[in-house]
Formats: sequence, C-alpha cells, structure tokens
Amino acid sequence: MRILKYLLQKEFLQIFRNKSMLPIIFVMPILQLCVLSFAATYDMKNTNLYIVDKDLSSHSRQLISKFSGSPFFTVKEIAFSVEEAEKELYKDEIDAILVFDKGFGEHLDLQANASIQVLVNAINASSAGLYNAYISSVIQDYNSIINTDMISVDGTTPMQLVQSTYLHQFNPEMKYIPYMLPGLLVLLVTVVGLFLSAMNVVREKEIGTIEQINVTPIKKSQFLIAKLIPFLVIGFFELAIGLCIAAFVFNIPFLGSVWLIFLVAFVYLIGILGFGLLISTQTNTQQQAMFIAWFFMVIFLLMSGLFTPVESMPEWGQKLNYFNPIAYFIKIIRMILLKGSGLMDILKDIAILGAFAIASVTIAVNRHRKVA
Amino acid sequence: MDAGIQIDNLSKSYDDVHALKNINLDIKAGELFGIIGPDGAGKTTLFRLLATLLLPDSGKLRLCETDVVDQYKVIRNLLGYMPGKFSLYQDLSVIENLEFFARVFNTRIADNMDMIHDIWVQIEPFKDRLAGKLSGGMKQKLALCCALIHQPKVLLLDEPTTGVDAVSRNEFWQMLKGLKSKGITIVVATPYMDEANMCERVALIQEGEILQVNSPAEIVDQFGKDLYAIKSDDNYQSLLDLREFDHTESVFLFGQSLHYTDVRNDFLIDEIEDYLKNKGRLQLEIEKIKPGIEDCFMALSVKSDQHE
Repeated sequence: MRILKYLLQKEFLQIFRNKSMLPIIFVMPILQLCVLSFAATYDMKNTNLYIVDKDLSSHSRQLISKFSGSPFFTVKEIAFSVEEAEKELYKDEIDAILVFDKGFGEHLDLQANASIQVLVNAINASSAGLYNAYISSVIQDYNSIINTDMISVDGTTPMQLVQSTYLHQFNPEMKYIPYMLPGLLVLLVTVVGLFLSAMNVVREKEIGTIEQINVTPIKKSQFLIAKLIPFLVIGFFELAIGLCIAAFVFNIPFLGSVWLIFLVAFVYLIGILGFGLLISTQTNTQQQAMFIAWFFMVIFLLMSGLFTPVESMPEWGQKLNYFNPIAYFIKIIRMILLKGSGLMDILKDIAILGAFAIASVTIAVNRHRKVA
Repeated sequence: MDAGIQIDNLSKSYDDVHALKNINLDIKAGELFGIIGPDGAGKTTLFRLLATLLLPDSGKLRLCETDVVDQYKVIRNLLGYMPGKFSLYQDLSVIENLEFFARVFNTRIADNMDMIHDIWVQIEPFKDRLAGKLSGGMKQKLALCCALIHQPKVLLLDEPTTGVDAVSRNEFWQMLKGLKSKGITIVVATPYMDEANMCERVALIQEGEILQVNSPAEIVDQFGKDLYAIKSDDNYQSLLDLREFDHTESVFLFGQSLHYTDVRNDFLIDEIEDYLKNKGRLQLEIEKIKPGIEDCFMALSVKSDQHE
C-alpha cells in the first residue's frame, strides 16, 4: 500500500507539472460540451428557401408569409424563374425551392386541387427528409386553414378531420439538448479517460523510464492501479463540471440521483481506463496506441446510439452493442437524468459494466510485462 | 553472501539474430569488471538478461548465489541497474526522482546517505532542478544515485559514459572506484577501449561472443607481436599499399597513424620504409609502440573472424 501511495504521488506530480496537457484535460472537454450541445442540433433552423411565384395571388402570398414567418425558414428570394432557382440550388446556396404555378390561387378558389412543386437539395439525405417534412407540415397547416375558411363560407357539412394526438413521455417538447447532452457527457469522460490511459504506459516505454521501473520490486498491479486512479479522479472531476454545466447552463432536468450517476461512472471509468491501459501495455509507440484507441472510440461511439438511434441499426449492429460500454453508459445516464430511473432499473446494465471493468483491468494487469 | 556473477552457456536470440552465443563468464564479488565491445556486440542484451528484463533462450545466470530467472524478485532488490539511455523522470526534480526510487525500494534517502554521499554532494546544489534540465554528466550522477539508493550488492552500468564529456567521464570512473571500495560488484559496459584500463578485469565481446577475459595488463602482454605506428602524407593510401605488402600481418588506421604488425618476428623497419617510399609516400615516420587494448581487440576479432 505504501508503494502505491508513492506511485500515486509521482503520477499526480507528473500530471500537474505537464503544463501543455492540463488545459487539454480540463478546458477542452468543457468547450466541447458547450459547442456540441449548441451546434450539433437536429432541430431545423435556417432552411434557406427560394420561392418561384408565378401566380402572385392572395393565396400564394398567404402561404409564402407562413414560411417567412416561421423560425425554421429563411426566404432567400422570391422570383419568377425556375431556372434561376435551380442555379442557386446547384451552388448550394439554398436548401429547397417552392414553385407556385400560374393559376394556383384560382384553382383553390374553385376548390379544385391546387398543387405546389417542392424541390429539395438532397445531398444530405437526413436533412432533406427533415426539410421535406417541415415544408409539408407548413403546407398541411395552411390546408386546414383554407378548409375551415371554405366551410364557414359554405355552411355545409364540416369536413371530417382525423387527428391523432400524442404525448412524448419524459421529453414532452422533443427538445434536442436534454436528449443529446447526457450522451455528450459520456463522450467527454470517455475521450479523456481512454486517451490519457492509452497514452500513458506506452509513453514511459517510449521515453525509457519503464526500464528503470521494471527493475524495481513494484508489482504490475500496483503500477497499473497507480496509473488508473489519477485518471479516475480526473474523469470524476470532468463529469462533475459537465453535470454542473448541464444543470445550470442548459437547465437539463435532473430527475434521478446524481450519486447514482457517479456510481455508474465509477464502474464505467474503471472499465474504460482498464481498456486504455490494456492498449497501452500492448503497444510500443504512442502513435500505435493513439490509432488503436481512436479505432475503438469511433466504433463504440457511432454504434452507441449517441447520434443515431440503435433501434434503426441492422440486427448484427444491435447485437454488437452488447459489447459496447459506451452504449450502456449513454442508456443509463439518459434513464437516470430524463426518466429518474433508480438503481433497481439499471441493475442489469450496471452489472454488465462491472463485468467489463473487472475483465479489462484483469487482462491489462495480466498482459503487462515487466520486461524489455 | 557472495556478490559474484556466474554466467554459464548463456544464449539469446531475437528472431534470426543471435545476440549472445554461449557466453561463459565469472565475475568475482567486489570486482570492477568491464565489458568492452563495439555497438551491436551484445552488451545491452547481456545487461538486460542480468537485470531480469529479458529471459535467456538457454543457459544459467546466477547473481549473488541466486538464480536470475527463477528468483527475479529477490534479484531486483540486490541489483542496481543504470540503463544506457537516461531513464529517470525528466519532469520530476532531482530530489523527487531520488525520493521516488528510494520509496519504491521501501527505504529512505537518509538511511542510505553514506552510500551515495560522495556523488550526492555534487548534484545537491541542483536538487530542485528538473532532471530533464540537467547536463549529461549531472544526469549520469543522478542516475547513479538512484541506482544505488537501495544499497545494491551488484551494480550494472550500461554504457554510462556514452555521450558524456571527457572531464565528466574521468570523474565518473573515480566515483566507481570509490564505490568499489564499499564492496559493491560493478559491471560496466563501454564501447571505449581506453576505459578498459580503469577496470580490474575486462571481457572483450564481439558479435555475441566473448573473445577474451583478462586483466587489461595481461591482455596487452598477450599481444605478443611488435607493433609499429606509421605516419605519412597520405595515411589512407599507405593503408591500401600495406595491405598489398607481402609481409603484412595486420594494418589498421588508428586516428592519426597506422598500426602495423609483421608476419616475421625479425625484420628491419627500413624495409617497410623503402616499400612505402617506392609507392610515393612522403614524410614517413615509423616507430615501435606499445600495444593498447584496442590493438588487442582488433587482433582478437580478426582471429575470431578467420576461425569462422
């Protein structure tokens, strides 16, 4: 135990003496959290519209004003030529074109079918889908207003409108940040934990200091645990900062227990740090360690359901997630924060993370070699 | 406990490179022993094997009457090892490094001050400086302190003077002599032949084989040939010409002159002089000199080449 104490003392001295790493460890994740939370949103804002209005009727103008009044759309230009509009589309200056043909308003007044042409820039398929949906919903909205107008003039049978109502449980306004931010918190502690630990032992190998350590009576487990604990502390510290930002800057609901989050983070970080140390003990240069850590990071992250729903992945992809610690932690932290889940609700997932932690640390200690 | 080292039939290869081939060596307790050989001779491999950092392919290694492979944990407490590359923490200060290595060996600086005192006084004025900011000579002194702080019985120094200036090198050897008087067995690897004279006995090693083990004086005595130093206006051309000469046994370029031995035991210097003059050499100076360790090394390595 005393040796562990001196090893820890040395590790902390080195971490706090590394003047170029400190800001990277402490400032970068916070910036990342703030920038990503604001920027990586799925909410549509600023869809640039180009409107070709050949009709110039009161109806077309009414519909146009609905678009320009919406926070999601910016009407870039209203003109008469479809060719001009398409040129803009090719230049990527606009996201969608709306074409009102001549006679649009007249058709509506006659209660005949009036149609609008919508051309969408579909380079990014997912955003194209969103443009389409948003534009359609505005038009739909307008449709129902006209219908009611027509009904009141006619006074005949009111049109039967089927309406489905839905309630989004736990995130009623379908806000993006409460959903995304807990995941970003996981990303943040994972990046710091995995990379710091993966770089550490191999750095001692590269510099040569491990040679002197290896001839001392220090045990392998002592050496690696002394590497793990400081990063666990840093991970906790970052999680605490992240949770504060989540609570006070973004006003995320905290339905569950913060202590429970830290308990999960404890188990999770041991697993991730053990995995990082395993990478570190198996590589010979920091460059190798960097690439391997990055490889797993990207796979774990993109499979985890942080950016895309796990449910829409192919079945083999979903099965792969049984081995993805990031997926478990993201799921758990969302459950605790947004749903208020307690320990009993997450017991199975936490047990799996625990198994991962024990396995990764045991393998790392076993695979570490005190030889040249 | 006898702090000697016994090496029997030791072999080690990396893939298809035979780093060490059947090495036998017996180093006595309290000896200042030199392992002399060029780069790539297998010195570092031998040291890593002794320091429990590598496992031998075959053969026995015993240190302080303890098997190095089976009882590596015991060995690590008996051994002070200073790798060729500076391997202390450059981002820790001098005193922090020393403190750390004392602590991991479960001891304290104060308890071992008598062991390191003579060296420590030289670096103490810089004790709060980061190890990475020290000069080469200072780094070596600190590394030596750290290797000695747990009072080892055997000290292994892998090329301690490589990259260190002449004055510091000399100081370093004086320190080793001081340590020897404390009864520690010291094994030093070095590529510098001139340092062999500082050791009590040396092993000349090349391509994983030991050419000879003896005291420096006896190695020189065994040279057995008359050695001549030859200078001229064009040493390189002389070298090429002498290689063609009928009576040449060996000729090597040594700094400013050629070192020459003849196959005959009895001959006149004038003969060589005439030969070289005929080849057009000017300003010829030929004199008989005493052979050094390096001459012996060259002679031995030629012999071992012919053997193969």
